[in-house]
Amino acid sequence: MADQTLDAKGLNCPLPILKAKKALTALPAGATLEVLATDPGAVKDFAAFSRTTGHELVEQSVDGNVYRFVLKRKA
Amino acid sequence: MTDSSGSKSMSIIVTKGSLDWAYPPFILSTTAAAMGLNVTLFFTFYGLSLLLKDLDLKMTPLGNPAMKMPMMGGHMGMPNFASMIPGVDAGATVMMQNMMKKKGVASIPELRALALESEVRMIACQMTMDLFEYTLDDMIPGIELGGAATYIEVATQSEINLFI
Repeated sequence: MADQTLDAKGLNCPLPILKAKKALTALPAGATLEVLATDPGAVKDFAAFSRTTGHELVEQSVDGNVYRFVLKRKA
Repeated sequence: MTDSSGSKSMSIIVTKGSLDWAYPPFILSTTAAAMGLNVTLFFTFYGLSLLLKDLDLKMTPLGNPAMKMPMMGGHMGMPNFASMIPGVDAGATVMMQNMMKKKGVASIPELRALALESEVRMIACQMTMDLFEYTLDDMIPGIELGGAATYIEVATQSEINLFI
């Protein structure tokens, strides 16, 4: 269970990333953020976001047309 | 510029001010800022209109054969002469705005506000401000003025330099 959930369903690039970044900044180090998105581009984008920023992508799944990502706020 | 915090930098020269061309600089700058980069936008010529307090962005299919709108299951372009007909450009603008809203694409005012919030540095070209008779009063707060040398200094310190 993530510490916080961000519903980014229905939003298109780059809003899921921008909103995730905002939410992560408000979390303490080590806390997790679950992001729900329907933008298929988010799959590659969250991987790139994680590699570049160091916020670890700890989980990733898809249920129907909803993509789910769990990011861990870096220290 | 890889600064003391290890952050990389990106600069973009923004030369276009229509609704469609407003997207690439604001999408890339907000995303780069979210990924920890220091970002500078240098607005010149028609790009200046993206800094106006009163944003009234429009677009035109004129001279753009690649602009094909989804319509009745297909894609439809518009011949150049159609742009001469009063209301066609306004119609194309409204159509694009509605399509973007429906697809969850951010509006330009929204992206611009996010860019300012994430401390994207915005420089308005002094020469084109003078040329088109704009003053800082016409522009949103938080921007600065500068010239070619100001931009080149930023560019020499940035890993990514784009021209849009």
